[in-house]
Amino acid sequence: MIDLWPLIGIAVITIGFALRLNTLLVILVAGVVTGLVADLKVLEILSILGSSFTNNRYMSLFILILPMIGLLEHYGLKERAETLISSIKNSSPSKVTISYLLLRKVTNAIGLSLGGHPSMVRPLVAPMAEAAAVAENSDLSEDKRLRVRAFSAMSENFGNFFSQLLFIGSGGLLLIKGVLNDSGFAMELEDMYIWALPTAIASIIVFSLFAKLEKKRTQVRNTLQEKEQC
Amino acid sequence: MLEYVYQATGLLLIAFSLQTFVDKSNNKRIGTGLFWLIYGLSFTLGKILPDWFVGLMVLVLTLIAAGGFMGTGTYGHSDAKFRKSSAEKLKNSMFLPAIIVPAVTILWSKVTGSSALIGLGISAVIALAVALMVTKGKAKQSLNEGRRLIDAIGWAAILSQFLAALGYLFGEAGVGDTISQIVKEIVPESNLFAYVFCYTFGMALFTIIMGNAFAAFAVITTGIAIPLLMIEQSGNPIIIGVIGMLSGYCGTLMTPMAANFNIVPAALLELKNKNQVIYMQFIPGLLMLTINTFLIYFLAF
Repeated sequence: MIDLWPLIGIAVITIGFALRLNTLLVILVAGVVTGLVADLKVLEILSILGSSFTNNRYMSLFILILPMIGLLEHYGLKERAETLISSIKNSSPSKVTISYLLLRKVTNAIGLSLGGHPSMVRPLVAPMAEAAAVAENSDLSEDKRLRVRAFSAMSENFGNFFSQLLFIGSGGLLLIKGVLNDSGFAMELEDMYIWALPTAIASIIVFSLFAKLEKKRTQVRNTLQEKEQC
Repeated sequence: MLEYVYQATGLLLIAFSLQTFVDKSNNKRIGTGLFWLIYGLSFTLGKILPDWFVGLMVLVLTLIAAGGFMGTGTYGHSDAKFRKSSAEKLKNSMFLPAIIVPAVTILWSKVTGSSALIGLGISAVIALAVALMVTKGKAKQSLNEGRRLIDAIGWAAILSQFLAALGYLFGEAGVGDTISQIVKEIVPESNLFAYVFCYTFGMALFTIIMGNAFAAFAVITTGIAIPLLMIEQSGNPIIIGVIGMLSGYCGTLMTPMAANFNIVPAALLELKNKNQVIYMQFIPGLLMLTINTFLIYFLAF
């Protein structure tokens, strides 16, 4: 029979997250409960927590680049990115979203988080994609408009997620390094980021494919509508 | 040498905390300031203080965060008009300081052969100096802007370090052994592809439950990847780790628990169905997850 007690921490995390309690609190309780199940004393658990925290200080070195990024934002970094996106010529919904996806990936790879749903998608990418869709077909159905917007949100997530680990100082890479170092696998950041590239390239191909499918969907629906109107 | 980089980070955090204490516009300035002060001290004094004491500091950080004692203040951030005219003036030269960070970090580790982490610290300083030159901004403003960003991140800034500690405790308690036993029950013969599948889909599934790939990574990697893929099948730990994390991100595309990425945008874009972004991303996400599974299978072994 497998001893399932060690898994109690996972249960605590699942329940705690489902109840929307503070993430740090949930993780702390999960860690302490797991430690107690493993017959560790409270002081030992505190020591493990403290030493692990100290040994993994490097995970938070991204803090050092915040003043630089904040300063650039003060002088209009996001506005410059907006200008670059809105300069796309002959736009179509797929062109707008794919260009945004690529810009997001390139800037993410140098550690700049330029996008975001509130700061880029809502004010810029979604309206541009929707406007381009309306330009192609002036009586676009409401449903189709909403789809274009949702697709713009997807371009943000696809662009963001599958390029984050390309940056050598990214929090994700530092966490991977930390967890594996603790288990006895030593590794250096400069050997790591390159392995995020295959997935990044695949995500561009997958996204372009779905952009094409979305385009087809509109065209099919349009011909159907035309027939019905006849 | 790396210790100096930690000292610098700690001093930066302490500077943030001092600015916070005198920021009258932040009505939670005591809690916020204390949080950055204690966190900064854990950086500068981490090696000197006894471990249990640092553990206690972590406990206090958690209580400040969970009690909702953190807030935001004012940072002298520029208005939209200023940013627009400044962006027109500076054009793409603005990206130069940002490119310095990865370029100098990689260059440092290639030339000196020492840790890229030291390179990261050095490049951060150089990049800031270049940013000050390009923008002709003031050093004090950059400190304020840094504080603006760290306050926006809030307690999540310490999440990674927290999760690493959790992963370590899980290891002590034998969570990995238990999960790998369960997986072995399901996959009777040591079928490599089935192991990889369990890892990547396990990462995605746990991310869907927790809404956070970082949290899933600590649990599932210690549970499945380390014992089964890295030790038993001696796969490349870097490739498995990096693409494993990316498999978790596939789960992020599919879950309402990752509200900021999936639910908030639906509201911002005034979609009728608040899950429409998730529906849209589900099949592409599944496809990416399958691709990641094959990438690990073919690249890491």
